[in-house]
Formats: sequence, C-alpha cells, structure tokens
Amino acid sequence: MIRIENLVKTYGSVRALDGLSLEVEPGVVYGFLGPNGAGKTTSMRILSGLARPDSGRTWILDKETGQPGADIRSLIGVLPEEPAFYGWMTPREYLRDFVAPLYNLRGAVAARRADELLEIVGLNEAANRRIGGFSRGMRQRMGLAQALVHHPPVLLLDEPVSALDPAGRKEVLDLIDTLRGDTTILLSTHILADVERVCDVVGIIARGRMLVQARRDDLLARYVTPLFEIETDNGFGAWLEWVKGQDFVTNVTVLEHTARVLVKDVSRARKALLGSLAGQALSVRRFEMVHPSLEDVFLRLTEKEA
Amino acid sequence: MFRTLLAKEFREQWRTWKMIVFMAVFLITGIISPVLAKYTPELLKSIPNLPAGLAGIIPTPTMADSVAQYLKNTEQFGVLLVVLLTMGVMAQEKERGTAAMLLTKPVSRSAVVLAKWLTGMTIVLAGLLVDGLACLAYTVVLFEPLPFGTFWILNLFLFVFLGVYLTVALMASTLARTQAIAAAGAFGGLIVLIILGSIPRVSDYMPGQLMAWGNSLVFKGDVTAWPALGVAAGIIVLALAFACLRFEREEI
Repeated sequence: MIRIENLVKTYGSVRALDGLSLEVEPGVVYGFLGPNGAGKTTSMRILSGLARPDSGRTWILDKETGQPGADIRSLIGVLPEEPAFYGWMTPREYLRDFVAPLYNLRGAVAARRADELLEIVGLNEAANRRIGGFSRGMRQRMGLAQALVHHPPVLLLDEPVSALDPAGRKEVLDLIDTLRGDTTILLSTHILADVERVCDVVGIIARGRMLVQARRDDLLARYVTPLFEIETDNGFGAWLEWVKGQDFVTNVTVLEHTARVLVKDVSRARKALLGSLAGQALSVRRFEMVHPSLEDVFLRLTEKEA
Repeated sequence: MFRTLLAKEFREQWRTWKMIVFMAVFLITGIISPVLAKYTPELLKSIPNLPAGLAGIIPTPTMADSVAQYLKNTEQFGVLLVVLLTMGVMAQEKERGTAAMLLTKPVSRSAVVLAKWLTGMTIVLAGLLVDGLACLAYTVVLFEPLPFGTFWILNLFLFVFLGVYLTVALMASTLARTQAIAAAGAFGGLIVLIILGSIPRVSDYMPGQLMAWGNSLVFKGDVTAWPALGVAAGIIVLALAFACLRFEREEI
C-alpha cells in the first residue's frame, strides 16, 4: 500500500534520509516515530510529491511516485505538521469552494461534504469565521478536515495532534481509529502514548534510517525487559553502587527518590533486590515490577543509535 | 481545476482589497490627468509675483496635453502598482506554507502560476478600462472629444507595457522563496527595464517605445514600434514560461 525503498535525501551536508525503507500494509495505522531531525517530515514530503529523493523509490497503492504520468495526489490526503490556510477564507469556503472542486466535488455534494467534515472535526460553530483568527489547534483540525475531503485511501499525517488539547487529541485519535481498516494511515508523532493507543504497526527511525519496524505488540514483546521501580523516602546511598555492579542488572536510572532497574533475570533480581534493600535499612515506600512502555523501547533504541 | 484556482485568485484579490485599491488608483489617475492638464497652466499663472512675460509664454492647454498627462501618470502609477500587486503572489504562498497545502492536491503547478498571471492581467485590463473611460469623459468635458479608436489602441499598448512588468514581477516571485527576495527581484527587474529603456538605440526595442507609438496613433504621427511590440511579447512569453518551468521543478 505504501512502500519506501532505500530512500536517500541530502540537504547540503546534512543527510536527512540515509537509505530509509518501510512498508505499510493496507488498512493499517502506521506510527512513524523518531526524534527531531530523524527524517519523518522529509519522508512525508517525498511521498506527497513536494520533494524529490536523491535516490530510492516510493510507491503508493502500487503506483511509483514521481514517475511521469503517475500522479498519486488524488489517492492521498496530507496533513502537514503546520497546516497553512488563506486567512481571508472561512473554513466552509476553503473546503466547499476550494478543496472539494480540486477533487471534482462541486455544488451540493461539496457543500454537504464540507459541513460533514466541519462537524467531524468540531469546527461547525466556526464555519463562517475567517481562518486568519484561528488558534493552532483549530488550524490542525482544519488541516485534518481538508485531508479527508475526497475520502482518500491513504492518509499522510505529520504530527496530527501535536497542537491539540487533551480533549481535542482524544477526539482526533478517535477519528483516526474509525478510519482504520478502510484507510491506510502513516502517522508521525512524538507522543508515544498516542502511538500506543492507535497504531497497529510502529516504525522507529533515527538519522534517516529505520531502526525497527514491527507490529506494536510484537515490538513491545520483543523489546520488553523486566523492570523494577523502587521508591524510597531518603534516597539510595551506597545501595545504588551495589545494584549497578550486579550481573543480572542491565541498566539503572534514578529520578529523585525513584530508581528504575532493568534486569535480565526476574526471579533472581526480585530476591536479591528485596534482600539488599532490607539489608541497607532503606525506607522503601514502593517496590514494583512494571511493564515497559513504548517510550522505554523508543528511548532505548534511539539512545543506542546516538 | 484551473477554474477553481482562478476563482480563488479573484476572490483573494477582492477580499484583501488589492483589486479595489488598484481600481481606485486607476480611476483617480483617469480623472486627475485631464484636470491637471487643464488647470496646471492656470495655477502657474496665478502664482503671485510671476516674472513679467512668463504668463504670456505659458501655452494654452489642449487635448494633446490631457493625453500626454494620462500616458505619463498611467505609466508611472501603473508600473508601481503592478509590481506591488504581483511581487508577493507566489513567494507568499511558499513562505506561508499554503503552496505546500495546495500542491499535495491534484493540481498542475503551471496552472497555479498561470491562474495568478491571468488574474493580474485581467485586473490590469479592468484598471485600464476604468482609467481610460474616466480620462475620455473628463477630456470631453474640459477639452474636446478624443479620437476614440486610436485612444483605445494606445491603452492596448499600455496593457502590453504593464503586462511586461507584471510578468517579470511574477517570475521574480516564483523564483524567490521569501517575499523580501521576491520584492528585491521584482524591483531589480523594474530597474533593469528602466535602464535599458533609457539607452539610445536600445530604447527603440524596449516596451517603453510602445507609448510613443500609441501617442503617435492618437495624433496621426508616423512613429511605429513593431520591434518593441515583439520584444514586449517575447519578454512576457519567456518570463511566464520560465516561471512555470521553474515552479514545476521546485521543491516546496
């Protein structure tokens, strides 16, 4: 459905994409994750025809993009990271009189679709206000509406919820959820909780390369590492040095009075950690084995890459 | 698709007051030119302590002065307005991000450029119509009727002349990534055309020579400027084609 093969793109001395490859199956919501400058937006721009790769190829619905006569733009809906509009237009005018006719939707059909989308993205009450006065969140909702005008089979969403408040974020994620199955969605975001919530497949990129691509649950299972969280009233003292030296421990991070201990062997770790904490007479408030989040996986992979 | 782009351009020019300001300035130019031609000599004569004999040599204004004033004012204000109207149209879309929104939709990039050009040229044509009608009416009232047919041929030459500046400004706007660079490019083009138009012999081939031809037509002179007309048309076609080709290949 969406395929990227060995994409390379250089801006001056910066290699934005360095042989990136990915594949998105039909009907899937694909979470495109990566730190700033990883190459997410560049990939989206190449897929949507705004930029050309130095080398490599891309396909959307089995049509190779950038080839003469292969205009895939009627097949995709694109929401850029910072959607921009003509400030003098109203949302209704923009959707009904400008975007819809570009997809050959006119008259009553265009008017109906515009009103339907304004309702869906929660802008029906602002339908006749000038877009120039809109907040960033309203522009992002508007951006989503314009991407959906022609019921595209493929959606490219660059940070679709980054400017929204929690309620707006939930609404947009719910909307994305309803599109699953009928629409193939490539969604880039920094908000890992959103990826965990809506994405079926996750691709993590850094420095223009794909680090890992897998179904979300497989990824969590593959990179799952037993993790203990220990919280005390008075810090950890010498215990911290002791725990870092144990062969069953892979990593220790401390934030104020909470330590997160990644381990290899859960049963051995549980006994040893509890015994040592008691032996050091630390005032333990909480001792818990927790499930690592996608954020843990993301940080682990990207830090390793850095 | 082209119709939608064109409708958006016209609506934008109207809603952002650009078209209204453009028309208003052209209307004022059309009115004020015959009035200035008529009353400037009288104003000069009414200056207190005018040296003896000077009032006697100030000529009585004629319809020819009205046309000359019209031509000079329309040329000067027109060029400035056309450049100001056009220099930001493409660069602004790129700078604000609306070009990226538009170009992810099934539109031809050349159509985007052509819609802006056609809108600009139509506004210039409408402006000249308003300008010319106002000048005709005031000249009839203050002087005598103008030769109707040749006066409109003169306006057609003005249209081609302003079209050259509009297209060069549009090309500069298409090549630039920001409005500031577009403005520098548009005024740079304007200055180059003015300098070339002031060089003897070279000026015979420049679009400014069309004004002399138009004036000559109105007053039954024998000046023609076919090479200048060819050069003007050539500049318009080449600048427009270059703008389209450049925009087709540009990364947004």
